[in-house]
Amino acid sequence: MAKSALLKSSIAKKYWMALTGLFLCLFLAGHLAGNLQLIFGDALQFNKYALFMTSNPAVKLLSYVTYISILFHAVDGFMLTYQNVKARPVGYAKSNPGANSSFSSRNMAILGTLILVFIVTHMVNFWAKMHFDKNMPLQTITVEAMGQKQDLYLTTNEGYLPVQQVAKSYDEATKSGLQTYIENRTEFYNTQAKVKVGEGYKDLHKITVAFFKDAKYGLIATILYVIAMAVLAFHLLHGFQSAFQSLGLNNPNWTPKIKFFGTAFAIVVPLLFAIIPVYIHFFLK
Amino acid sequence: MSAAKNINITLKIWRQKNSKAKGNLETYKLNDVSTASSFLEMLDQLNEQLINDKIEPIAFDHDCREGICGMCSLYINGRAHGPDTGITTCQLHMRMFKDGDTIFVEPWRSRAFPVIKDLVVDRSAFDRIQQAGGFVSVNTSGNTIDANATPIAKDDADKAFMAAACIGCGACVATCKNGSAMLFVGAKVSQYALLPQGKVEATNRVLNMVRQMDEEGFGNCTNTGACEVECPKGISLENIARMNREYLKASVK
Repeated sequence: MAKSALLKSSIAKKYWMALTGLFLCLFLAGHLAGNLQLIFGDALQFNKYALFMTSNPAVKLLSYVTYISILFHAVDGFMLTYQNVKARPVGYAKSNPGANSSFSSRNMAILGTLILVFIVTHMVNFWAKMHFDKNMPLQTITVEAMGQKQDLYLTTNEGYLPVQQVAKSYDEATKSGLQTYIENRTEFYNTQAKVKVGEGYKDLHKITVAFFKDAKYGLIATILYVIAMAVLAFHLLHGFQSAFQSLGLNNPNWTPKIKFFGTAFAIVVPLLFAIIPVYIHFFLK
Repeated sequence: MSAAKNINITLKIWRQKNSKAKGNLETYKLNDVSTASSFLEMLDQLNEQLINDKIEPIAFDHDCREGICGMCSLYINGRAHGPDTGITTCQLHMRMFKDGDTIFVEPWRSRAFPVIKDLVVDRSAFDRIQQAGGFVSVNTSGNTIDANATPIAKDDADKAFMAAACIGCGACVATCKNGSAMLFVGAKVSQYALLPQGKVEATNRVLNMVRQMDEEGFGNCTNTGACEVECPKGISLENIARMNREYLKASVK
């Protein structure tokens, strides 16, 4: 009995909401640290970080835990909300909920749904491009040598390859007689030997900057992003401290500190997230 | 305290013939209500007027009328037990209202608390939760040990007493946007969990009471804290947290 109760009962659902929610708070902190490199780092640093985040096995494991947490948190949340709506078939003609509870606490489901919509669009715009887009650009730098400008691919072994000397595919390389071609989207191959000679960086930095600086949609993307972060802030405002209560961690000594930290977290983290696209759109370059 | 005066009010009260009937809000005008009267006395006055007008009087729950029995209920102007904190409806006074006010009076709304008639709801779901584990088994064959013979830390005794102050009125369920009964169950679990007498059956108690709570169709707690604010006895959310701890402990045993 105890085993099944740990999945199905009303209290067990709270544990899962709390545990996945708190894990996602950790994820947010990590994600924020990465994003802040868009302000405090250069393109290469950001792209190196992006490569690390998509190739390191430990990070991969964490990313699967994150996907599962998001799904579980959402599905569990929808189930809880469905049951909660069912628990009051006839509503009140007059209700004054503002007298006894906060806006955030009463609207977690709608706030969460909005965040889920944001996560999906966010993943389509950045995550999916990083993982699956065949046309993802590789990072280049422009150098000036003898009065001539030249674009160079940066390679992960700290090397350079002139863009003009690299073919987009093996077929193109054999036709044009170039010594190097791109294989598997990021790998540089020698045309004769067909061996890998280096690897480029997917230019997520360029994609991100272009997304928020886009002449047509950049401003609206920035505004929607900021709104999404405001929604996240309200969700966290209740969610963070609520998770501790759900796990049974409530006592007169710790609860005020948890509430204070939760409020700070709910304001600071989304605010820093929101500053980044605003900075890119209005101030970068 | 300012002197009592008389006010005229408009009442919008839920009328429902029986549990099967479809109810609706009826509007009644009531004049010369003393601000010194309690809300229930005001309803008595209204019922007298209705009887004189050959209208079926309004059914509502009440018993001790001094805030200790947990019988009175009523969702008044959008709040459980009306616009004041730390009181039951019988302790609500008409001085909380102004001349010319319109007052909404509705029954507790919860799937687990079906309306029996007008403002009276069936709260026996609470009894069944209590019967599922809200007790200590004591051998009463004549050698019963006096409870006071067992030393209990003052802090624990105080907390247990505070949890035991719950009168089971159901305001927590009524005010919760999810119709959750966790403050009630949290209080009932806590009052025993804190005491040595209750520890013996602690595992089964919390599992059985929570299972019964879920079966009755109460909603899930989302920690809005509305119950704590509206509870006439000031039962703290700490009791829900304690129940969560007890449940986790019992589940992994």
